[in-house]
Parts: sequence; C-alpha cells; structure tokens
Amino acid sequence: MIRYIVRRLVQMIPLLLGISILVFLLVHLSPGDPVRMLLGEEATEEDVERLNAIYGFDLPLHIQYFRWLSNALRGNLGDSIRQGISVTTLLSERLGATLELAVVSVIIAVALGIPLGIIAAVRRGSLVDYFSMILALVGVSTPGFWLGLMLLTHVALKVDWLPMFGRDGSIFGGLWILITQMRVDVLLEGLRHVLLPAVSIGTGMMAIVTRLTRSSMLEVLGKDYIRTAKAKGLNNQVVVLKHALRNALLPVITIIGIQFGAMLGGAVVTETVFAWPGVGRLIVNAIRQRDFPIIQGGVLMMAVVFALVNLAVDISYALVNPRIRYD
Amino acid sequence: MKQFLRNKSAVTGTIIVGILIITAIFADAIAPKDPYQMDIWESFRPPEGLRGEYILGTDDMGRDVLSRIIVGSRISLLVAIIATGVSLVFGVTLGAIAGYVGGITDAIIMRIMDLILAFPSILLAIAIVASLGPGVVNAMLAIAIVRIPAMVRVTRSMVLSLREEDFVAAAQALGLSHTRILFRHILVNCYAPILVVATLNMGTAITVEATLSFLGLGAQPPIISWGRMLALGREAIRTAPHITVFPGLAIVFTTLGFNLLGDGLRDISDPQLRGR
Repeated sequence: MIRYIVRRLVQMIPLLLGISILVFLLVHLSPGDPVRMLLGEEATEEDVERLNAIYGFDLPLHIQYFRWLSNALRGNLGDSIRQGISVTTLLSERLGATLELAVVSVIIAVALGIPLGIIAAVRRGSLVDYFSMILALVGVSTPGFWLGLMLLTHVALKVDWLPMFGRDGSIFGGLWILITQMRVDVLLEGLRHVLLPAVSIGTGMMAIVTRLTRSSMLEVLGKDYIRTAKAKGLNNQVVVLKHALRNALLPVITIIGIQFGAMLGGAVVTETVFAWPGVGRLIVNAIRQRDFPIIQGGVLMMAVVFALVNLAVDISYALVNPRIRYD
Repeated sequence: MKQFLRNKSAVTGTIIVGILIITAIFADAIAPKDPYQMDIWESFRPPEGLRGEYILGTDDMGRDVLSRIIVGSRISLLVAIIATGVSLVFGVTLGAIAGYVGGITDAIIMRIMDLILAFPSILLAIAIVASLGPGVVNAMLAIAIVRIPAMVRVTRSMVLSLREEDFVAAAQALGLSHTRILFRHILVNCYAPILVVATLNMGTAITVEATLSFLGLGAQPPIISWGRMLALGREAIRTAPHITVFPGLAIVFTTLGFNLLGDGLRDISDPQLRGR
C-alpha cells in the first residue's frame, strides 16, 4: 500500500509541473499589456518600463516562468496589482470558504444521491424510479448558478431563516465548538449560510450520483452471488445493503473525485451569485479588474487542490478495493 | 430507424432540439416584438400570459422577454455547433492518431489531455477567455478546448480496438497508406460513440456559454444571449424575478434536449446499456 501511495505521489510531479506551465502561459497569452492597462492611457514610456521591470515582464518568457515557479514553490505568488496585497494571503484567507462550500455540496450530493439511486434500482420501474430518473436528467441539465438565482428569489426571499448573501463563520469551526463547548449556535449559523449555495452546486452532482448508483446497483443485483445470497434465504435488506451496495459503490467513489473538480468550478460562478467570500469570487473579480497575479494564483491553487483531492480519492479507492494496488 | 423511434429519450430529445433549431432559424418571424425595442414606461412588466401584450413580461429597459429569449437561442445554438464542431475535428484527429500510431505520440497526446482534465473545466474555460479577452469567438474556442479530451478519449479507445480487426490487417496487406486506412476504414466504423459524445458536448457547450456570458465573458452587447439576460436580470432579482426565470428555463430545456438525444443514441448504439 505504501508503495502504491509513493508511486501515485511521484506521478503527481509531472502533472503539477504541466499545470504550472499551462497556468503561466495562459496569462502570458493575453493580448493586452497588463502594465499599460493598469497605468491607463496617459502613462509615459518610462512609467511603463519601470513597472515592467518591477514585475519582471521585460525578461524572456522562460526566465519569467522559472522565477515565478521558484517563488510559487516557496509560497510566494506575487502581489495583487490592484490591491498591493500578497496573492498567497488573499487566497489563503478564502480557500477555507471555497473548500467548505465544495465539501458541503459533495455531502449533499452523496447523502441524497446514493439512497435515491439504491431505491430506484431496487424498485426498478416504480414511481420512485421514474421520478429519480427525471430528477437526474433535469439536475444534470440545470446550470448551478441559475439554480442559485432561483433559490435566492423563491426560497431565500421567502424564508426568513435563510440569508440571501455571504458567509458567517466556518462550519468546521462550528463543529469544533459543538464538540468542545457543547454549543450549536455557531454551527447552525454557518449551516444557514452555506445551505443554498451548496444545494445549487451539489444538485448537478447529485443527479450524476443517483444515476450512477442506480445503474451500478442494477448491474450488481443481476450477479450470481446476489442470487446465491438470496437463495440462502438471507433477508432482502441484508443482501441489498451488505452484499450489493459494497460492490456497487466502487464506481461511485471514482466519480466523487472527478466531480469534486466540477464542484470547485461550480463554486467559481455560484460564489459570485451568493457573494460567498471564496477563491472563485476572488478570481471573477480579478478578471474584471485584469489583476493577473490573482487570476494566475487562483487558477493554480484550484488545480492543485483538485489534483490532491483526486489523489486522496485514488488512495481511498485502493484501500477499499485491493485489486487496484497490484496493477 | 425503427430502434430510434422506439427510444423515448431519443425521440423527446429530437423534438426539443428540433424546436430549438426552428426557433433559431425563424427567430425574427416568431418573435412577437422587436427584442431591441426599449420602452422605459413599460419596464419590469410581469408576465401577462398568452392573452397579454408581453407574454413573459418585460426587462429593466421595457424590452419583451419572450422575444429576447427567442432571438437569444441563435447565439446558444451557434456557439454549441461551432464549439462542438471544432472539438470534434481536433478531438477525433488527435484521438485517431494517438490510437493508431501509439508509442510516444500517443503518450504525448494523452498527457496533454490529462493536463486539460486536471483543471475544473468551467474554471479553465473562464481562465482562457479571461486571458484572450471576452467575446463570442474566444468563448467558442475555450469551450472547444475544454471538450476536446472527451472526444480524444472515445476516439482513441475505438481506434485501439478496431486496429486489431481483420479488415485492417487486410487493408494493410493490400498496401494502403496509413492515412487512408485510418480515415477511410477505421474511423467510419466508430462514428456511433463519437456522435454520442458530440451530442452530449452540445448540451455542455450551451451551459458553459451561458455561464461565460453570465460572467460577462461571452457574448457582448448588443448580442442577445441567455447568459447575459440572466446577468442583467440578477440586478432586479427582488423586484422582477421573472427576468431570471425564463432565460434559465430555456437553457435547462435545450440542454435537456441534447442530453436526452445523446442518452437515446447511446442506448441504441450499445444495447447492453438499455434502461440503465
């Protein structure tokens, strides 16, 4: 197992390097000169040159890249052009909010999608099955940010308990306070704020999880060992939950890793809708202001988080399914 | 054809996509009002139903929401077709080369695809448009780029399995050129899964275009797009929620159409999956 983890870690290195090159090039593909845009029309040539020298924009591209990479490896992603604050500081202040939103979205998707998929498979052809398949199709086709807008107007505006915008405290912090001080108020306050944005991002994934759980369960329920278990006279519930579900969930675990990326991407837009103080909203605002160091750092951070989550999912998959480790 | 007509998803999807195409082509004739006509005195009119003057109400400038949705279908369909077309051409070519040539060429192509997949796709599309500059053309390009890997993967896996078939060996024995074998003999046999992915990509393209336009990165004024309608409607979400409801429903409806059609085509081409 340790060998497997080490191998996967080593495989990450070229991927991360590739990510860094792509992120670096993206910003340098840009047709506009960021310095000129920052200084405005009436800037003199000297001003432009001076600022170019400060940001290193006058150096050859590959030197700029190595400079940027070696700084990035030391946790220095440069300073925001507009705000003058370090990008690393800006990002680290907001990463928690984005991760919280993504994690709660995944929890909602899994907690609703898996049971719905199981019921649909066990009661194939029933009303529940029909309903869950329609839900899955519509869920996949609905853009999360629009669902967010609809939840704002049709739920948040009408239910006083649910706020329209912003975030109030971390739910992880709230959980900690609940455990240590036996107080629920902080956790509830956090949940109140995260609920609607998380539902808007998580619905698409819930649709995918429901559908995959259903098809995977249908396949497993048709296997010989399930028939054997049933023939032994085992209780149907035991067969479904203990024998079938365990095997049916393997593909679902893989999709969770892949979908986490969609959650992070969805967060970028949905954070803007709900004024959620995360990395996504920071990136979108930076795009409006053409603040390249923030865009670069933000996209890099999201890609690295996504890569790490996929690594974690692969490792947990290998833990659950021993066959993987010996490939 | 019989199979197609018996497949409920495929038929429903075709009807929805058909409605979209007809709406887009005849938009000017169907739209009850001039979608650009402003009338401040008529702004924020709520939906009045089929008998009213403004069936789906008006926006902040007093423009007819229904007419704007009808005309907005054009840009959605156009972006979806062109972006999917570009990703189809590049994806199939790269995937075919990777599968047929193999070796280091395959490795390089697939590692580049892994790199594109390493980013949350919507974020990558946003980043590409942010660096190239907002606009419809750049949005199409960004959507095409993020959808290429799916195309490459499906084509490559089909080519890999077909490469070992007898008819390919026969063609090689006849001394046909590799290009001819690949494009005239192998690729014609893998159109079904490619068509499925392309159809599903159309749905994704419509959603991504709406997202980019919502953020102000896609279609620019005066082009009417559903995403931009949502962005404008958001400003008046408390007073006139109908402005954000209907363009969104249009996006869901058309994406659903392409997804249903794609699912239906997959069921037909792969009977094992039927009902799953």
